[in-house]
Amino acid sequence: MTRTRKPRASAERPLELRLLADMLRIRRMEEKCAELYGAGRIRGFLHLYIGEEACATGAMHALAADDNVVATYREHGHALLRGVGMDAIMAEMFGKAAGCSRGRGGSMHLFDVARRFYGGNAIVGGGLPLAVGLALADRLQGVRRVTLCVFGEGAMAEGAFHESINLAALWQLPVLFCCENNLYAMGTALARSESQTDLCAKAASYRVATFRADGMDVRAVFDTVSRAVRQVREGGGPAFVELQTYRFRAHSMFDPDLYRDKAEIEEWKQRGPIHSLSAQLKAEGRLDEEAFLALDAEAEAEVAAAVAFAEQAPWEPVADLLKDVHTPAGAAAGGTP
Amino acid sequence: MRMSYREALRLALREALQNDARVFLMGEDVGRYGGSYAVSKGLLEEFGPERIRDTPLSELGFVGAGVGAALGGLRPIVEVMTVNFSLLALDQIVNSAALLRHMSGGQCSVPLVLRMATGAGRQLGAQHSHSLENWYAHIPGIRVLAPATVADARGMLAPALADPDPVVIFEHAQLYNLEDELPDDWRCDIARAAVRRAGAQASVFAYGGCLPKALQAAEELAAQGVEVEVVDLRVLRPLDIDTVAASVRRTHRAVVVDEGWRSGSLAAELIARIVETCFYELDAPPARVCSEEVPIPYAKHLEEAALPQVPKIVAAVKELLNV
Repeated sequence: MTRTRKPRASAERPLELRLLADMLRIRRMEEKCAELYGAGRIRGFLHLYIGEEACATGAMHALAADDNVVATYREHGHALLRGVGMDAIMAEMFGKAAGCSRGRGGSMHLFDVARRFYGGNAIVGGGLPLAVGLALADRLQGVRRVTLCVFGEGAMAEGAFHESINLAALWQLPVLFCCENNLYAMGTALARSESQTDLCAKAASYRVATFRADGMDVRAVFDTVSRAVRQVREGGGPAFVELQTYRFRAHSMFDPDLYRDKAEIEEWKQRGPIHSLSAQLKAEGRLDEEAFLALDAEAEAEVAAAVAFAEQAPWEPVADLLKDVHTPAGAAAGGTP
Repeated sequence: MRMSYREALRLALREALQNDARVFLMGEDVGRYGGSYAVSKGLLEEFGPERIRDTPLSELGFVGAGVGAALGGLRPIVEVMTVNFSLLALDQIVNSAALLRHMSGGQCSVPLVLRMATGAGRQLGAQHSHSLENWYAHIPGIRVLAPATVADARGMLAPALADPDPVVIFEHAQLYNLEDELPDDWRCDIARAAVRRAGAQASVFAYGGCLPKALQAAEELAAQGVEVEVVDLRVLRPLDIDTVAASVRRTHRAVVVDEGWRSGSLAAELIARIVETCFYELDAPPARVCSEEVPIPYAKHLEEAALPQVPKIVAAVKELLNV
């Protein structure tokens, strides 16, 4: 156990330290997930975000609490930073009833509708039409809210991308299409799947404003997504942002990762978002090693508590198997404005 | 009041739009064009383009947007031109609308109503004529309805909109011009099948475009001294097996008429349920009249030959009764 001084309460920290702390929370949570996967505690598919933390961290911090988020199957970090408790996320990974989707979803289907976090979608591009519909509902109900829709560059080869961004632009809906371009759609490199590899150019053909940021630099992501969100919120119609990033781990736990050069992976790791930010803050005299270790210990403690919670949480009784296929009579119907 | 099936559908839409500000209609050519089957004619002028929303040819996109709008607090009615085109949106119907409640552990509902035309009989060829109701009836999480009468065309939409979960309504293309008297009480229980004609010797089960054929067959059989009960399934998921079984217990013989292809059909499911629930009530093996296993051809005589027709239903009943 490293000796640490007690860190300041997170809300009082300057933005950069909050960004760093949140990247560490995602990283430590997912490292533990990988370990638990190896131990057989977590099963199914597990898509890790390690290396890409700056994207979710910068983007989620750029949103207001009331905004909508629609994500993908690589959404652990997004869910965490939208306020889904790490204990509820971990319990979901374990398949426990205390999980954020009651153990019905798993790693790829984290939901928290009260926080307007609409999943967790394991169909590539599947979330994009939903985001358009959520924004349409806001428009028709006179609510000023942004819907941020996260997807990978692989989704831009799907018809759902083209249909959705066209609808959003045609109807000038407040959707921010946020592409986390990690260069590989599972094992297929961008250049092997897209005739146009300039993703902003592709999106711009729908006459939407486009933004691009270094997805390894959390401050750049925060600044860029903040600008894009502001434009969308002010009624500028939908926008598109490309975050250029890289995943350090394989696509999923089943992926032998044979399609990338080891040297390429090592090169990107030099630009690791946690390492980069902490080095910058140290150089700026705003962080020392002791403070960094304190943040890290805080994240580790949160992970340990989440794992303990998930371990002791009960299984849902099999007698409840058929629950939640339909809405029970008397339950409040439908979505929330 | 006498009206067409189309007019009854329009009346129900108008009422829904008037009664609930959250309701809107969205689909290809529902607005300016007036609906490809003219169901929504005049509604754009009455309710404006925000609520009678023309979409591009993006079935996946606008059906998925309907799912999202339902999540966001609205009550969308999404029209897809035909069931064949709905295959382009199948991902959003099956992987989103039907699953979101369960995958989220019961955190949300998707109060979406999807309307689409189905069925053959107008020489529209193979890509506009299929009956894939059973595909949808296979999926847990959605309700599937098939109005076959003017009264049900009028009465099914309101309870479908009140259902907190996704409802798919199949309007048979051959029925839009059907005219009938709208009864005073046209309200519809979307959990129950309906007995359309009483008769003691056999039960004929049908839905959608096959109901008028089944009723016509019953008329012809009555003229020959054979009395059959005709049951309109009308709720294709969840099947109202109680009404079905009660009918079989009265008549002890069952014929299922289904415009879907025989293999893996709704008729197959219904017969399985009949055998499971009232095997010892049966005086003969259940029979079915389905479409021939061929894509629906264009040529009129071939199209007619491919589909369930009155003489085939009459023959099936007589064979069952050995008369």
